[in-house]
Amino acid sequence: MANNNAPLLEMRNIKKAFFGNQVLTDINLSLAEGEVLGLCGENGAGKSTLMKILFGMDVIRDTGGYEGDILINGEKVTFNTPFDALAAGIGMVHQEFSLIPGFTATENILLNREPKKKNVISEVFGDRLDTLNYHVMTERAEAAIDKMGFRIDKDMVISEMPVGHKQFTEIARELSKDQLKILILDEPTAVLTEKEAEALLASIRSMSEKGIAVIFITHRLHEILAVCDRVVVMRDGYVVSDEPAAETTVNEISSRMVGRAVETTAKSDIRDKSDAKTIMSIKRLWVDMPGEIVRDVSLDIKEGEILGIGGLAGQGKLGIPNGIMGLYEAGGSVEFDGAKIPLNSPRKCLDASLAFVSEDRRGVGLLLDETLEWNVAFPAMQVQNKFLKNYLGGFVKWRDEKSIREVTERYIDELAIKCTGSKQKAKELSGGNQQKVCLAKAFALEPKFLFVSEPTRGIDVGAKSLVLEALRKFNRESGVTVVMISSELEELRSICDRIAIISGGKVAGILPASKPSEEFGMLMVSMVK
Amino acid sequence: MNETLDKTNMTLRDRLKAFVDAFGLPRLIIAAFLLMLYIAAPIVGAGFWMQISNTINRFSWNAVMVLAMVPMIHSGCGLNFGLPLGIISGLLGATLSIELGFTGPLSFLMAILIATPFAIVLGALYGWLLNKIKGGEMMIATYVGFSSVSFMCMMWLLLPYHSPTMVWGFSGKGLRTTISLEGFYDKVLANFLQINIGSLSIPTGTLLFFAVLAFGMWAFLHTKTGTAMTAVGSNPTFAKAAGVNVDKMRMLSVVLSTWLAAIGILVYEQGFGFIQLYMAPFYMALPAVSAILIGGASVNKASIANVIIGTFLFQGIVTMTPTVMNNMIHMDMSEVIRVVASQGMILYALTRKTEATK
Repeated sequence: MANNNAPLLEMRNIKKAFFGNQVLTDINLSLAEGEVLGLCGENGAGKSTLMKILFGMDVIRDTGGYEGDILINGEKVTFNTPFDALAAGIGMVHQEFSLIPGFTATENILLNREPKKKNVISEVFGDRLDTLNYHVMTERAEAAIDKMGFRIDKDMVISEMPVGHKQFTEIARELSKDQLKILILDEPTAVLTEKEAEALLASIRSMSEKGIAVIFITHRLHEILAVCDRVVVMRDGYVVSDEPAAETTVNEISSRMVGRAVETTAKSDIRDKSDAKTIMSIKRLWVDMPGEIVRDVSLDIKEGEILGIGGLAGQGKLGIPNGIMGLYEAGGSVEFDGAKIPLNSPRKCLDASLAFVSEDRRGVGLLLDETLEWNVAFPAMQVQNKFLKNYLGGFVKWRDEKSIREVTERYIDELAIKCTGSKQKAKELSGGNQQKVCLAKAFALEPKFLFVSEPTRGIDVGAKSLVLEALRKFNRESGVTVVMISSELEELRSICDRIAIISGGKVAGILPASKPSEEFGMLMVSMVK
Repeated sequence: MNETLDKTNMTLRDRLKAFVDAFGLPRLIIAAFLLMLYIAAPIVGAGFWMQISNTINRFSWNAVMVLAMVPMIHSGCGLNFGLPLGIISGLLGATLSIELGFTGPLSFLMAILIATPFAIVLGALYGWLLNKIKGGEMMIATYVGFSSVSFMCMMWLLLPYHSPTMVWGFSGKGLRTTISLEGFYDKVLANFLQINIGSLSIPTGTLLFFAVLAFGMWAFLHTKTGTAMTAVGSNPTFAKAAGVNVDKMRMLSVVLSTWLAAIGILVYEQGFGFIQLYMAPFYMALPAVSAILIGGASVNKASIANVIIGTFLFQGIVTMTPTVMNNMIHMDMSEVIRVVASQGMILYALTRKTEATK
């Protein structure tokens, strides 16, 4: 094909650690001209980090760079900025749109690379005042759109376009670069309708025919099989498989995505609570939480169990607790302990003895500028009038500093929260300890039912097991029903009795935690939208 | 030997640095400046005790209006640049009390009683408005203050006041710009238990009145509702997730602030001896804002100590600079220095959103 035998792109032994946390280990990849490579893996498997390294993003350099070599056409390259990567012929289409809403497709496609004409003023003041050559711009935009193989209106303003067309505009922008050799598509079909997604796949094929190599990242595995020449599966920062697409199946890929090298964690004491009474019954729930839309969820939760809710990011699993607890607009019906819970009212949920530990620790979970005492005691004080002294027949409800300190110190001991004392500010704690404070806050409410959302996100392994152990203990000793939402399937399998997988805003299935990972993996990608 | 010497030096410097960090550099500079003025006063021939009395007096007039800043800072509504709205409620109370024929100390009590419903209604409207524009409170508040002053400029002329002590002499209608309180509540608080030692005089009653309100505020912040208000200011989403009605708390803080401003202007008037109408409330918000900031408050944290220290420092500078500077250089620099100090302080505080000092 090309001038020599060296592949177009080769990545050798790429390693990357964030603050001592190894996220990529010995990644080897190669890509030939015109080849389409499918890259898949669970959230956090290291796909995005790998692509950031390839694209020379600042975040990589700021966190200490990477180890290993990147070779293009057999020559070692170092990208310090995305501009270097662009010059070397790498283009990237991001998950978030980086387009200017008020400009037309043409203007966006050629932004900052516009063909220009000299004029009188620019002769005097320099080329920044050149006039744009709209005629040539139109031609080039046309050419890029042709190359892509999907028609979009080049004169349409971005803000008026359907989402799918925005995605295509971004792709066209990359294609309009003459030097483009490798195009990275990071979950491009996530926002597309089925028809548009098909068109995208077609355009990927046509790009590949024109000699452009494509790295295609997606959670929709059948798309990978439909369009890719080769499939690379990543898990926990390793490449676990690299084989021709024709020789694998969706099943195989999904089991590789979730399966751990050692099947250690499925816990021993899974309980079957199907005879227990239904404590919460969710019917036809929808939640309008941006990025985590819940479309139609019906779920029965048994008293005393630990139910896990899993699924890929953006599929709606986080929307369920946030919607029920009234933090995002929701509809449908939720019955708790025989009584209807009004939606969109956090206070009513708390009054009904529900509690929620939010996935957004710093935004929702904590009063960062206040002491641990306030953080732990506040909801219980407001909702249940705990930690208050009444004067004048209850007219004056005075904060009872002593009992607040006592309860805080109790939880500091029980959960082993590392801090200088109960008066320390919440923001001064590490992520794991902050998470424990969030748990303490919920425990102090002494709820009958607890939602815990992503309790181990962003905390280290040691803190993780402590947090999970605290939850398990809370469930066992106080008989509290716990619903835990997590992106990490193995974590759910280690603590839950049953696990519901959410895909495309709906329940894809509920399985006992004892089922093998592959089955859950299948459910995760079953209805991805 | 040398090493130990270095060590002691280090600790001394560290300790000094820790002290400066804890107290706040701007506050330290202003306190040092004020101290300098007190030392300079007798030297340039301005009576020392007289200056102290002046400072304490002005402190007693202004402290309640500075206290009015506290609730809105706590609920996250920022600095109450809309203070004139509360002041107008107070002025309505003052003028109506006189119009209805109350005199002496009773007129002060009635002014407070009459001002209260105005403050509650106007404060509620103001709070409703601020709930609509979360994030831009301080800018909107500024214009609420300005426009309400301008609106009342018309109303003072148009409202059917008749009391001869208040209306223009010739036409017999429309309120005068300045109304003397002699025979009404001039110095009612100040004269209560007043202490006079030589040229030092302390308005005990006014200070006590402030102390009662300040204690009330401190106590309020220790109740369930007060705690909720602080939490709303600290993290509204957290408060919402804990079942607190965020808008209601913010509204309550605005009403409280407006009511305290109304009381504050009445206290100011009784000390000053005059009711000032028309454009006077226009200039009342900024001194109160800069006083609490000098006191060490930030945009979202304030304590009663901030109020007391800040009012003392700010009013100290306002009273001391004219006398000392004029005696010293025989040129009126006082206004310039005052403006630089107070506006500079506001600017400084608004650019940093860090923690408040104690």
